[in-house]
Amino acid sequence: MTTRIVELRKGILKKNDELAALLRQRYEDAGVLVLNLVSSPGTGKTTFLERTLRELLARGARAAALVGDLETDNDARRLAASGAPVRQINTHGICHLDAEMIAKHLEGWDALGPNSDLAVLDYLFIENVGNLVCPSSYDLGERIRVALLSVTEGEDKPLKYPTLFNSADAAIITKIDLAAACDFNRDLAVKNINEIRPGIRIFEVSAKTGAGMDAWLNFLGETRSKTK
Amino acid sequence: MHELSIAASIVESVTESAAAYPGSQVREVRLRIGALSAVVEDSLQFCWGVSTEGTPLAGAKLVIRAMPVVVHCEACNADSEIGVQSFRCPRCNALTADLRQGRELEIESIEIDTPDEVGVPTALVQTEEKQ
Repeated sequence: MTTRIVELRKGILKKNDELAALLRQRYEDAGVLVLNLVSSPGTGKTTFLERTLRELLARGARAAALVGDLETDNDARRLAASGAPVRQINTHGICHLDAEMIAKHLEGWDALGPNSDLAVLDYLFIENVGNLVCPSSYDLGERIRVALLSVTEGEDKPLKYPTLFNSADAAIITKIDLAAACDFNRDLAVKNINEIRPGIRIFEVSAKTGAGMDAWLNFLGETRSKTK
Repeated sequence: MHELSIAASIVESVTESAAAYPGSQVREVRLRIGALSAVVEDSLQFCWGVSTEGTPLAGAKLVIRAMPVVVHCEACNADSEIGVQSFRCPRCNALTADLRQGRELEIESIEIDTPDEVGVPTALVQTEEKQ
């Protein structure tokens, strides 16, 4: 027997990354801005997204959502109340979405018509499974990864989950209507996010009162026009 | 938590690469895992055992090289190793988002025993490095 070392230099998630690159190209060709929303369970992703979809539709934009969940379709039903097309992805125990799940759920989605044409959309939101660890490894081809954190979770969340916050392109602080009740230190939270991801765009919102939503929606509009 | 998925991806990938060496036995799989890769080493080792059981990779050792975060500072024109709690240049204390190392999730190499009589390519080096 001969012992030899074979150099591979191969990404462990190469298959996911290759598929994500194809998706990214497809999104770009279709002119659709794709966002991947990631947070802990209970941060308020669904409520925030429901309001975002509703307001985008009110502004005449075409928006849709894919929503990941371990088992239920509760979130899809809540999001559908916005009037936007929504499709559920049940991961059956898997703690994250991957590019293959996205590719599969873009096919045969009636919102996209018989040819699964993404050009019918201006915005596609992907609500990831509630988890601040695993989704950060899986590229879904998104243009913007959004990390959300609620005022009830504590200001040090970005320090506890640096991997996720460091890979994000925008951060949202949710439930700011509860900030006073939680003794939320807003400056500290913003500082912590910046320590982990210097220069990131931060939005402070309440999906309940609508506070801060305009800045977020304007950002979406500007980012999308830069995409085209 | 997703280490099981990661381990399964490694098994698939190594099995594919080792197929170029018929009759070979994989002894060791060497990984480079960045501090920002969201992979927990102990958990991955455990999942590796579970994932390789009953496969041709059973018994192969998983060797993990931890890659610290390295950032580049424009002002100092220097790369520095840092922790994951604060993305600042240790020389001038400025914040920097220019990440040069730390997200690796890569199979660096494999060590295999090959039967002597089998003619195998001497250096099959694939350069498919990401990032």
